[in-house]
This record gives sequence, C-alpha cells and structure tokens, in this order.
Amino acid sequence: MKTYYFDHSASTPPYESVIRTVAELMAEHYAHPSALHRAGTDAGKLVERARAAVAGLLGAAPGEVVFTSGGTESNNLAIKGILGLAGRKTRHMITTAIEHSSVHGTARQLESEGVRVTYLTPDEQGRVAPSDVAAAIADDTALVSVMHANNETGALQPIEEIGALLRDRPRVRFHVDGVQAVGKIPFDWARSGVDLYSASAHKFRGPRGAGYLLVRDGLKLHPLLAGGGQESDTRSGTHNLPGIVGMAQALRLAIESMPERRKRMYELRRRLLSHVERIPELVLNSPSDERLASPQIVNLSYPGMRPEVLLHMLEEHGVLVSTQSACSSKSLKPSRVLTAMGLGEARATGSIRVSFGDEHVAEDIDILAERLQSTVAKLKPLERN
Amino acid sequence: MNFDYLLVRLGELTLKGRNRGKFESLMLGKIKQALTAYPELQYECSYGRVYIKLNGADGERALARLTDVFGIWTISPVLKVKHDLEEIRHAALAVLHAHLPVPSTFKMSVKRAWKDFPHDSMEMNRLVGAHVLRNTPALRVDVREPDVELRLDIQQQGVFVYCTVVPGAGGFPLGMNGKAMLMLSGGIDSPVAGWTAMRKGLEIEAVHFHSYPFTSQQATDKVVALAQRLAYYGGRIKLHLVPFTELQTLLAQQKQDHLIITLMRRSMLRIAERLAERSGALAIVTGDSLGQVASQTLGSMNVIGRAAELPLLRPLVMMDKLEIIRISERIGTYETSILPFEDCCTLFVPKSPATNPNLRVVEGIENALGEQLERLVGEAVAGTETLVMTPEGQEERKLAASAEDRWF
Repeated sequence: MKTYYFDHSASTPPYESVIRTVAELMAEHYAHPSALHRAGTDAGKLVERARAAVAGLLGAAPGEVVFTSGGTESNNLAIKGILGLAGRKTRHMITTAIEHSSVHGTARQLESEGVRVTYLTPDEQGRVAPSDVAAAIADDTALVSVMHANNETGALQPIEEIGALLRDRPRVRFHVDGVQAVGKIPFDWARSGVDLYSASAHKFRGPRGAGYLLVRDGLKLHPLLAGGGQESDTRSGTHNLPGIVGMAQALRLAIESMPERRKRMYELRRRLLSHVERIPELVLNSPSDERLASPQIVNLSYPGMRPEVLLHMLEEHGVLVSTQSACSSKSLKPSRVLTAMGLGEARATGSIRVSFGDEHVAEDIDILAERLQSTVAKLKPLERN
Repeated sequence: MNFDYLLVRLGELTLKGRNRGKFESLMLGKIKQALTAYPELQYECSYGRVYIKLNGADGERALARLTDVFGIWTISPVLKVKHDLEEIRHAALAVLHAHLPVPSTFKMSVKRAWKDFPHDSMEMNRLVGAHVLRNTPALRVDVREPDVELRLDIQQQGVFVYCTVVPGAGGFPLGMNGKAMLMLSGGIDSPVAGWTAMRKGLEIEAVHFHSYPFTSQQATDKVVALAQRLAYYGGRIKLHLVPFTELQTLLAQQKQDHLIITLMRRSMLRIAERLAERSGALAIVTGDSLGQVASQTLGSMNVIGRAAELPLLRPLVMMDKLEIIRISERIGTYETSILPFEDCCTLFVPKSPATNPNLRVVEGIENALGEQLERLVGEAVAGTETLVMTPEGQEERKLAASAEDRWF
C-alpha cells in the first residue's frame, strides 16, 4: 500500500542530493573542524563556507549565523541566552500562549526561576495582536518571543508589525521562532526588526540534528553549553559538519524554489479546504483567510471524537497525519494552542493536523479527502456528544 | 520610501582642474564595479556628480555599498519630479516625512540652475517651505541650526528633492596615486594602514611573511581573510606569501635575542623591496604606530627603516591605538585581526627587545652573515607564493572550491 505522508510539519523527507552530501561529508571530512592539521582546517573551512552560504541566502552577515542542533536548541539558546545576561532589573518576558513547546517550556522554566512571563492570547484565527504586545511591555521587559508560523494551525503571526513597534525600544529584544516558516514564508532579516530567529534543517528537507539561530550583529548571548568555545563562544560542541553543509544546501534549494512551491502549496490547501467543506463533521482550526495562513498546514477537528482514533484509521489506509493533543493512556489533554484560541474543549481535544510538502500533487489531496470522508462516515455512529 | 535616484558627489578629485574628465570616468568605473549586483541601475555623469537612477533597485543597500567606495564625498537619496510646483511640494513633504529621526526644525535650500524655471529660488523657498510647514505639525523653521536641510535642485532635466546627505569614504579613486606594497601581518594595524593607503588612491599589493611550521596554517588563512576584506575595497588585491622560516631561524641563532626583531624587520623590508621592484611599486606601507611596541620606537624605526631605499609610508604613525581599533571595526577587519593565531613576529619575541638598537651593532651582525643572509633573502623572494584575492575569494583556489560546490 502506498504511504501518503502528510506530516511535513513534524519532519520532512530530505532532498536526495542532501542525503548524498551528508554521506559524502561523513566519508571524506571526518576530521574535527577545530583541529589544527590540514584535515581539520579543511573541515573548518567547509563550516565557514556553509555559514557564508546560509547568511547570503537570508540577507544576514556570516557572523550573525550560529549553528545549533535544531529548533529546540535555537529557541532555548535565544531565550535563555538573553535572559541569562539580563540584569536583575530586566526580568520580564512576553510571549504567546501558542508557542511551540520548546519556547513555552523554556518560558515556564524561567518562570520557576523568578522571571515574570506574560502569555498573550490569540484571536479565534490563532493570531496575536501587535497592540497586545505593545500593551504588555513594561520597564523591565528584556525579551519578546513570538513565533512566525504556528506549528499546529499554520496561523501567521504579525512579526513585521511587532518588529516595527519594537524598533523604538532597543532594550527589548525580539526573538522569532521561524521553524515552521523557513522556506515557506518570505522573511527579510535585514529589515525585520527581529534580533533572534530560530530555524531547524529537517523542517525544510535538510538533515535532522542541524539548525541555526540568527543573532543580530553585536548581540551577546549567554551560552547554554560550556565547552570548546565554538561558534564564537556562543555554542560549544564539535561542529556537525555533514548536518551543517547539508542544511546549507537544503536551505538554498528551499529558498530558490520558494515562489513556485508557495504557489503550489496554496493551491493544494485550497483544494483540501474545498473538500473539507463537504464533510460537515470536520471543523477548520487554521485561519480561513489564506493570507494569514501557512501554505502547508491544515488543522481540523472532529469534535467529540478522539483524534488518535481518526489518526489510526487513516493510517490503515496509508494516510499519515498527526494529532496535536498529547494523549496519555487515561486522560485526554486538549491542545494548548486551540484552547488558547478559545475554540472550546471539544474542538481543542479532537484535532488532527495535515501538513503536506513538495512530493504531493492534487490527486494525493483528493485521496486524503476521500479517506477522511470514509473514515468520518465509519466513525459517525460512535460520536460522543 | 522608494527614492528615484542616488546623487553621488565626487570627492577631492573635483579640486583638480585639468584631468577632471579622466578622474570622473575612473570614478564612474569604480562606482559601477561596486554596484555590479544591481544591473538595473543607470548612470548619468555631470560636473563632479553622478546621478544613479535606481529603476526600482534597493536604494538603501546600494547606498550602503557606495559608502565604502573611495573618492566619494557624499551620497543623497533623491526624488526627481517634473517642473511642476504641486509635484515639487508633494515630493518635498514625502522626503521630509521619510527622514529619521523625525526633525523638529528645518530650512529650505533652493538652487535654481535652470533659469527658465518660472519661480526664482526665493519664491520657491517660500512656496514649498510654507506647504511643508502647513502639513507638518510641530515643525519649525530654523535657518541657523536646522535638524534637516530640505534641498531643491532645479535642473533642466527636472527637479531633485532630498534632505539626507550621507558622508562617503572620501579620498581618491583607487589606483589614481600609484602603487605600493603593504606589509600585512595578521594584526589590527596593518589592514587599517592598507585601507588608509587605498583611500588615498594607492593601489596595494600585500606582503605577508610566514614561518611554517612555527606559525600555523590558520595564521596564514587569517591574513588571506584580511586581504580578501581589503579586496572588498580594492576590487582585486595580490597577496604575496613569503616563506620566512629559513631566515628567521638563521637570525634566531645569532645569540642576539634583543635585536632579533630589528634584524627580522630589516630582512623583511629588503624582501618587500625586491617584490616592489618586480611589481613596479614605489613605496612600502606599514602599520607602524609610534611607540606602540619595541620595533616602533623612533630609535627602532630609524635602524629598521634604513634597510629600505623606497619611501616607507606609515599612515598610522601618529594615531592612538583606540583610533586604529575604531577604524578596523568600521572597515570590517577587527574581528579577523583579533583571532588568536601567532604570526612570525610574535613568535620569537625576546623578553626584552631593544627599544633603541644600535645601528652599527646591527649592521655588524648582518655583515658577519654576509652572503648567507643575501642568499636567504633571495630564496625567500624566489619562494614567494602569490595569491590574487577578489571580494568573492581567491582566484587560484576557485578550482579546488568547485569540487566542493556540489555540496552547497
């Protein structure tokens, strides 16, 4: 049975050429990139070339690119890196109630250490208001952290507007978790007013275990890891050369093809939404206005139905989607994101996320819709209201 | 906001009467070279000025690039409008409102080069100034010390409206004042000396001495990176890598520890002079700054400098270290310069180097070495490897890099 992989927001299939590159680099450049001998310096040069390539693609300076192990580390480094150096008088952070767990969890952790955190709630479309950010800023605010595109619903956040309003407040740093946005949503680092921007390679068809954090020139971060002082003392640890170069290549492929891919993915989204409209049991949790939505994520709820049941039934037909509510064996926890959007418990508990990518064509969307429809029809008699 | 033109005012060269045409076309070439990334630009030259039509290109970035081109006095982003009062007023408001920080005072400054324009400059001053005041609450006129000067330049082809004047790098177009060799170490000073010389229109070829394996490959890579940064300003720079190990170990064995730096420096100058002869360079530029280290005291400079016949240019000689660091940060060499790799001068530094070496003693040691010294100087020159650096990297190594291209 053919597998239809609709979980691109969790992880993407790497480009063939990236897989080859990673393998070749593992074979040819196993030396430590910080070593003094020729093999080491050659590897080190490739790290720097990758840095220049990534910077060039993003309109950043090479010195603004810090390589990390991925999104979770980038987010932790950005937030703890700022608050770790903030004085006692700046112990406040503003974020949203819909951040990825690596931002949300970091904020919670800092709260337990005495940092005040303001969590902004979004509207029903899953979007926070720049005016709420402005209103939450206090004299001791050190950081605002708002994601670019939400990982559950795909809702785009107004980071340009927030960046503009923070421009007059140079002491308040602005972090954006761009993990779901890179290669999908255009972003102009140079003019964004953003100080820190997180990304993860395996979300844009690069290898796992590689990511980057853009750090505005001149901004110092408190490092998470003590060690060999790599990445200008910001991130110690042996450079993951195959991952870093593979990421640079994947980023180029993603950025160069972004206009066509965006067009294609929005067409697929429209197609899926028009199918879903004909399945009355399913409710759309992603923004209906596609100008406010990522092209590749569609979040749906079957209120009154446990989402993992839907997920496993679809899986039997070769269709892979994800649920966003973390289920334990006994309790069913509603999605934090959908709850914050005020969608009610039934919707927040019963959501599935469909996220597609480059390998999908219109027919795949049709098959997905057809299997959604037949699954819903089978489950209909089992609804618990 | 989107400006139509960049107005570039050329610098010192406009002072020179006879060769102005030649200088201007040299300048235009340098400007175009710096802006090759923007093929949509169009250029118009007129008396000491270059008008760059943006045609939708990113004016801010192009302007930022131009601030690093030598020979440019100032740059202004401008709007160009027809000879129509309403259009001029509209543009004047737009330009003023785009100005950051928001000004609280301004003055009008009108130049009417095209005398057929119906209103004279006094009238225009009033007509446009009043319009701006009416439409900008809290703005006042201050003719003495205005926050901004709103300028109208009325030419036959149209009216240029602007209020921002960004200072350029100044100096002369590169190559206008001949060629010199730059003693390029991996430190903070010598790249700044190179940049300063280039700003004065000197073409530069860099000379670096390495003592592998006493110095590391990284130390050389660092110099390659510095030369590449200088190539950003110069377009293309030759970097001569001189093998200095033999000479250095010979000098180190002379049991004259306190004089070793003096002896090394003299040999370096002799080698640089030979390379200068080959390249047709007429001077040697160094990063010496008076009193900074033992080899840069007046006494040392005297004894060391006598080894060379070509003029030694020391652009930093009267500058403070902090001033030099500030320039090095501005020109983008500081971060590389402070990387911790030893160059061949820090390597054999004695505990107490001579600050006032005796010329006769130094010459005595060199005479005793006689032919051997002469031979090693010749070998160092013969063994010199020359790289051609461009802003994108190194020309020769492009082949090697292309094998790696498949990974990027």
